[in-house]
Amino acid sequence: MIPTDTAVAKAGVNTIEVPVLARVEGEGALFIKTKGGKLLDLKLKIPEPPRLFEGFLTGRHFMEAPDITARICGICPIAYQMSAVHAMERALGVEIHPQVRALRRLFYCGEWIESHALHVYMLHAPDFLGCQDAIELAGTHKDIVLQALRLKKLGNEIVRVLGGREIHPVSACVGGFYKTPRPEDLAPLAEELKWALDASLATVRLVATFPFPDFEADYEFVSLSHPDEYPLCEGRVVSNRGLDIDPAEFEEHSIEQHVRHSNALHSVLKARGSYHVGPLARFNLNFNKLPEIARQAALEAGLELPVRNPFKSIVVRAVELVFACHEALRVIGEYEPPPKPRVPCEPRASTGMAATEAPRGLLYHRYSIDEGGLITSARIVPPTAQNMKRIEEDLCAYVPDLVDLPNEEIAWKAEQAVRNYDPCISCATHFLKLSIDRG
Amino acid sequence: MSSEPTRPRIAVFKFASCDGCQLSLLDLEDDLLAIAGAVEIAYFPEASRRMLKGPYDIALVEGSITTHHDANLIQKVRRSARTLISIGACATSGGIQALRNFADSGEYVRMVYAKPDFISTLRMSTPIGEHVPVDFELRGCPIQKNHLVELITATLAGRKPAIPTSSVCLECKRRSNVCLMVAAGTPCLGPVTQAGCGALCPAYGRGCYGCFGPMESANAPSLAERFTILGAQPPEIERAFRTYNAWAWQFRKVSEEVRTS
Repeated sequence: MIPTDTAVAKAGVNTIEVPVLARVEGEGALFIKTKGGKLLDLKLKIPEPPRLFEGFLTGRHFMEAPDITARICGICPIAYQMSAVHAMERALGVEIHPQVRALRRLFYCGEWIESHALHVYMLHAPDFLGCQDAIELAGTHKDIVLQALRLKKLGNEIVRVLGGREIHPVSACVGGFYKTPRPEDLAPLAEELKWALDASLATVRLVATFPFPDFEADYEFVSLSHPDEYPLCEGRVVSNRGLDIDPAEFEEHSIEQHVRHSNALHSVLKARGSYHVGPLARFNLNFNKLPEIARQAALEAGLELPVRNPFKSIVVRAVELVFACHEALRVIGEYEPPPKPRVPCEPRASTGMAATEAPRGLLYHRYSIDEGGLITSARIVPPTAQNMKRIEEDLCAYVPDLVDLPNEEIAWKAEQAVRNYDPCISCATHFLKLSIDRG
Repeated sequence: MSSEPTRPRIAVFKFASCDGCQLSLLDLEDDLLAIAGAVEIAYFPEASRRMLKGPYDIALVEGSITTHHDANLIQKVRRSARTLISIGACATSGGIQALRNFADSGEYVRMVYAKPDFISTLRMSTPIGEHVPVDFELRGCPIQKNHLVELITATLAGRKPAIPTSSVCLECKRRSNVCLMVAAGTPCLGPVTQAGCGALCPAYGRGCYGCFGPMESANAPSLAERFTILGAQPPEIERAFRTYNAWAWQFRKVSEEVRTS
């Protein structure tokens, strides 16, 4: 978006306003004030209207939670379905079949491939290549855009085969799936995944050549960590500064602050303040759980642990594309249909918490249900709310280096710094509680 | 460049929603570049930094109206667009967030946030059609992406779009699904829900949950009666009709009748 230049000459204050942030999911806006080459004020405003999910989940049946919470985000509905089913299963003490667990990993890989391909190529790469969007990019780099669309389509196809449709799929449920696929349903995916694995490796090589600003920050990275695998649905919540907790303890450590300029809450760790979730955090904390092919690709791309330059998240996302394709192939190769698509779940008065790794980072759900299976309280902490404070801190550290540039360039570079996080603003605002304006 | 014929200009606007319906445009992987060649995508912030001012030939509007700001903005969008198409359950019926419309004031007071003066929101979530004239409503939570292509194509060609208006039952029969309600006694909204999904849920062994909203001639009270015969209690029936299209009048009315009966 072209920033509105409203330089107030007499005070020497230069205001840069990006009223609509482009290539992010949801509505964000950016306000920057500088004076005499110094940053005076900076706000990432979130005018996205709250949709109040926590409110209307109360009184709903526990089996409805995965379908309802999927509607928080059209970009990562599976993340919501996965956090919801795992939280409910923990509440009810339900054990799922190992093949159901594997299918959920495949389902999640589909979403990662779709979401990462979308972000890497269509939302983030245009910044590095000086384009307004992927359509313009197609004018000069058509083969790259076609590769992106084919990767994205494959991610969507995995979700469609398992869940019926790409957005808000219908098969995931507490206890398993409503219907599980036959091995022959998955076979065509494997063929395309072999191509996608190569395409992902090519993606890593391509994005590693992009020019990266010389910027690093000293983040506290937070992600799931599992003893044997790169984390998707299970694990402890860990950080590079000693956090190591069960997801059930999450709310004892992470709290949310409400700030005036944002309809998204800002999460902080009680002990230390802002933190960073998402691909960088997962990669830095779980590098040795990546398959050899992904680790090799990362090293060849010049990534050095820990990666602290948020602009390089595009390379890390590409490495995670390699992982997701590799993991999807593994699951399909070892798949045998489970004896039953789902195990029966009897309600009981209980509370369950779970966290899974959405493409954008840790997604926490907590539900309490009564003996009849109705939800009595719900809490959802999406990744973008956890990153929101960190994004502002990045901007406050990064923008002072830019103040001598023309406003249009400051705006574009600052936008790019926001897009490093692939923020999903639709997610971040949808758990706010309500105030009534009766006007 | 000046000799190029003017391409129709399309804009995409978002109100309270999950972004999923506009994502359907980007999910048209095989056709995206062809579409972008045939029309000018003049305003689509989720996909591009290039944001051109109106007027537009077609405005695709996602999301429901939940704030004063958005109630004003939709008027401007209407004035800027020759054809306005609302896409998805939020835009056509108020969406899942319209569940707030049913809450009583006591429930609301308990939901007030610690710093309520920071937030401005309306009491109701309402569809676009309650605010401005809408030329076509495309149903679904989410919409079916091929319907969107058909609708844009038909609009630009000046013909009627071929979008199904029958019930999900018809799609179920075409797909040779066994009727869940008859065979297994599973409550299913298929008989009153507009077709479009391809009878997805019944194909996955679960009852339809009505994400495409009520079909035009839906007999929802009769279906509610059937659910009662199958053993469903009034709160369950109320919940069944109160999901993604709860504020659509046919579903709203029957859910209110169930509650008071």
